Amino acid sequence: MLARLLEAAGLPTVVVTMMPSIASALGAPRIVGVEFPFGHAYGMPHDRAMQRRVLLTAVTVLAGATQPGTRVDVDIEWPQETREAYRSWQPTEPSPIVAQMLERRRQNR
Amino acid sequence: MIVDSFRFLPHSFRAAYDLEPVGAPQVWTDFAVRLGEASIALLSTAGLYVEGIQEPYDLDRERAEPTWGDPSHRVIPHNAGQLGMAHLHVNDADTRADRNVSLPLDVLAELVAEGVVGASSPNHASVMGYQGDLNGWRDVTAPAITQLLTEQHTNGVVLAPA
Repeated sequence: MLARLLEAAGLPTVVVTMMPSIASALGAPRIVGVEFPFGHAYGMPHDRAMQRRVLLTAVTVLAGATQPGTRVDVDIEWPQETREAYRSWQPTEPSPIVAQMLERRRQNR
Repeated sequence: MIVDSFRFLPHSFRAAYDLEPVGAPQVWTDFAVRLGEASIALLSTAGLYVEGIQEPYDLDRERAEPTWGDPSHRVIPHNAGQLGMAHLHVNDADTRADRNVSLPLDVLAELVAEGVVGASSPNHASVMGYQGDLNGWRDVTAPAITQLLTEQHTNGVVLAPA
């Protein structure tokens, strides 16, 4: 949504996202997909090579895409086992909205 | 490789969020300069702020009103020091350990030093991505960020959600 607002105001954008299918459905003009856990758009901490590949792909798509809806996915396998990565991106305690939903579910039992 | 948008999410998300195109009108601005001469800005939704200088996002109000999210933004100078992160929906440990995970200022500086990118814009920006509604972003935050980036002659923006 921010990308569309900036683009409409005359600023070219590219979105680096773990959810490229959703960015595409919502009409982001240029998309770089990464199969990374939330909170890690550019990769693992201190892995400069990984971060560089993502950012370099992003600026290349930003500068070189020729039509709206351009999507390029970065071919990097996340270096953690899926279950471990699933756990590690989540906050240490449930967010307020999740906590509220869990409490309501508990009350409805 | 085709990225699976739901690999690291609960299974229920796949059915709930695997959207068909919403048919939004196309928006497009040509990237009109050479990358090696362009000023590039970064925009993150990770809830970043300059530690010790800027206020964090208002997490206390979100705790009191769980459907509300702070719609404000922070301007992050290209040479900012330590960044903090205030976001209740993702684990902040890795971004606090290395800001380049969410806002790759140091990686961008490398690309500038090598001549791949012309310049890192003087200022970059962050918002906090959990929003109950998008009115604050639409009416206040996006126009403010647009004005900042336009006035400092940014040629293109790399956005990344947390």
